[in-house]
Amino acid sequence: MEFRTHLMVCAGTACVSCGAFNVKKLLEEEIKKKGLDKEILVVGTGCQGFCAQGPIVVVRPDDIFYQLLSPEDVPHLVEEHFLKGRPVKKMMYTPPGEKIQIPTMSEIGFFNKQRLIALRNKGLIDAEQIDDYIGRDGYNALIKVLTEMNPDDIVKEVKDSGLRGRGGGGFPTGLKWEICKNSKGSPKYIICNADEGDPGAYMDRSIIESDPHSVIEGMLIGARAIGAQEGVVYIRTEYPLAIKRLETAIGQAREYGLLGKDILGKGFDFDLKIKQGAGAFVCGEETALMASIEGKRGMPNKRPPFPAESGLWNKPTNINNVETWANIPWIILKGADRFASIGTEKSKGTKVFSLVGKINNTGLVEVPMGITLKEIIFDIGGGVPNGKKFKAVQMGGPSGGCIPAELGDTIIDYDSVTATGAIMGSGGMVVMDETTCMVDIAKYFLNFTQAESCGKCTFCRIGTKRMLEILQRICDGNGVEEDIGKLQELAAQIKDSSLCGLGQTAPNPVLTTLKYFRHEYEAHIKDKKCPAKSCKALLTYEINDQCIGCTVCVRVCPTKAITGERKVKHLIDQEKCIKCGACFDICKFKAIDVN
Amino acid sequence: MNTNVNDQMKNEEKNKLVKEIVARHMHSKGALIPVLHEVQESYGYLPDEIQEKIAKEMNISKSEVFGVISFYSHFATKPAGKYKISVCMGTACYVKGAGAVLDKLKETLRVKVGQTTEDGEFTLEECRCLGCCGLAPVLTVNGKVYGRLTIDDVDTILESYKKDGGIA
Ligand SMILES: Cc1cc2nc3c(=O)[nH]c(=O)nc-3n(C[C@H](O)[C@H](O)[C@H](O)COP(=O)(O)O)c2cc1C
Ligand code: SF4
Ligand code: FES
Repeated sequence: MEFRTHLMVCAGTACVSCGAFNVKKLLEEEIKKKGLDKEILVVGTGCQGFCAQGPIVVVRPDDIFYQLLSPEDVPHLVEEHFLKGRPVKKMMYTPPGEKIQIPTMSEIGFFNKQRLIALRNKGLIDAEQIDDYIGRDGYNALIKVLTEMNPDDIVKEVKDSGLRGRGGGGFPTGLKWEICKNSKGSPKYIICNADEGDPGAYMDRSIIESDPHSVIEGMLIGARAIGAQEGVVYIRTEYPLAIKRLETAIGQAREYGLLGKDILGKGFDFDLKIKQGAGAFVCGEETALMASIEGKRGMPNKRPPFPAESGLWNKPTNINNVETWANIPWIILKGADRFASIGTEKSKGTKVFSLVGKINNTGLVEVPMGITLKEIIFDIGGGVPNGKKFKAVQMGGPSGGCIPAELGDTIIDYDSVTATGAIMGSGGMVVMDETTCMVDIAKYFLNFTQAESCGKCTFCRIGTKRMLEILQRICDGNGVEEDIGKLQELAAQIKDSSLCGLGQTAPNPVLTTLKYFRHEYEAHIKDKKCPAKSCKALLTYEINDQCIGCTVCVRVCPTKAITGERKVKHLIDQEKCIKCGACFDICKFKAIDVN
Repeated sequence: MNTNVNDQMKNEEKNKLVKEIVARHMHSKGALIPVLHEVQESYGYLPDEIQEKIAKEMNISKSEVFGVISFYSHFATKPAGKYKISVCMGTACYVKGAGAVLDKLKETLRVKVGQTTEDGEFTLEECRCLGCCGLAPVLTVNGKVYGRLTIDDVDTILESYKKDGGIA
């Protein structure tokens, strides 16, 4: 049946938790009620990326973008737009600080600076229908490699594209394939790393939820190039929807003869298994990941031997990240040259980021390499909310660092980002404003790595603990002047004497904040002040002359630290104050100062 | 005291549960972790007694089973409460004030992270990025996501579970 219009309802995790399924169901009911169900089809898609505006519906082919829909909006929307043909302005997107709505998706800044390769099908297909994927050139790249290319051609194409690993390391993908292809031993294995450990990033989850076949097809192509017959997707157990979609996709691919024996009648055998992680960040590291697949404690091992020579079950193994795999079919179909024409000299193609934190347009974005941080944060992200100032952006999660606002012209490219002290990482991009304390953020990440250290190396296990204690002390107002030097010394030792990337990079968040925000550390230590007014122990609450003596704060204070009579300026007893901020929150007269 | 309904199972029933799950995985390599996932899913948690049965059934030492369980945070050796509250402490949620939400929960439920309330109703946990950072800060109760939280939402959410099993 041909439909006049498609309503693409985002069914990604964020939209679902805002009630997207309910909106979808109501849309279907209303459309049926109005007798439009032969003309209009409602489709549930994977994450469209604009997560802060969910639930989202995109009308195709008109490209009209509706957002923040509630169940009550649905009857009106169907009546006005689909029956009477009058798009409903008030459900459209208005950029922060502007007054006029933007009707179409392609005019919205969030979308129009993006360049979609890994996310090429986002919002356009139903992730649970293999036919939708096939309808958008899906599995054509597989057909191409099985009919027109030999393994060397495939490797050459990937090498020429300049694609580098998107899991954080940035190792050239084609080269990695070549080493594994040439290494002796059989069988060989292919792994997709979907452990996505960065605690503030969800690119890989979203790719699997919105377009699982792109990953499967990428792995098939890799397997063909390397000569592997078995593949494993290692995925976080915390991602139930992604696991379900992947299982469905693998089942459908088997049914279509795209996985299994003698694929497409070309004598090529390959099958895929899913292995669930069990909540250990270090298992994202490739050697630990393989130990975990083998059913063991996920401890990293020494390299060499590299997985390409001796990996899973001591056999040659090629491991790539989800996003790396998702790029492969596009490269094969459109050609290495086209991919290599996007980006900078040493960083080709695009990168997906999860743009989150103190930013107006939170969500998932895919941008060409070479774009500046400022463009991402202001043009796509719409800047920092509530009139606050942009202070820094954290890239690379616990292994990365904070890039200050002054370096906003830094371009997205492996080397330029590394030069700042942060790393490209897997795609976490957390924006911070003037109210985020940099010492506290460093402490947050160190707390994470400290808890996730597998304990094999002494410096990683105990050194991070000592650093964390120092940071805690600084935030509590008990820092001493030697602390900064001690942090630097410990950082250097941990970097030098850790076996795996977790320990080697754990000090980065501290080192970058020390480099760019040393004054904040010093303010905590010397003046016992937190410039961002975030570290509780260093705050004082005082009542100023705006106080009209309404006694509201007197009643709200849980420790009865505030005294005062009606119409007389109140007073906070600093001894009793526990700095809970209740008085500040409740005061209508801006009479509470926080210092 | 907080108990797990499955603790009342007869010994033979427990044996059968473990046996069936192990049988399903024994033919493939690296079976231990998938087995632990499934047993925990059906039984609720992995107490000593169950670990012993798994070790026996898989013909490996109990220390190997325990070694793996203790390494991975997903595996629980204590039963959880009726409602599992997981506060996202991922970076996005953290910078948007998840810490204050967690503090409020700790204070209201009078438990630490990882503990269960005395009446066995609520278990408080932390988790890392749930993939809906756009809604930060976020928490889940038995998998249901609550986003764009403020401290004031905590009481409302808890109340709704106390009264009617969390329809609201
Ligand atoms: C502590 C640690 C955690 C890691 N976590 C991940 C992860 O969650 N996802 C990922 O793809 N790579 C992760 N990596 C990188 C992998 O070890 C490996 O380099 C990557 O999967 C290779 O794929 P790529 O070349 O396609 O990037 C991690 C590395 C370390 C040291
Ligand atoms: S560096 Fe840390 S996480 Fe890595 S192997 Fe050593 S102790 Fe384990
Ligand atoms: S950081 Fe909480 S959902 Fe991503």
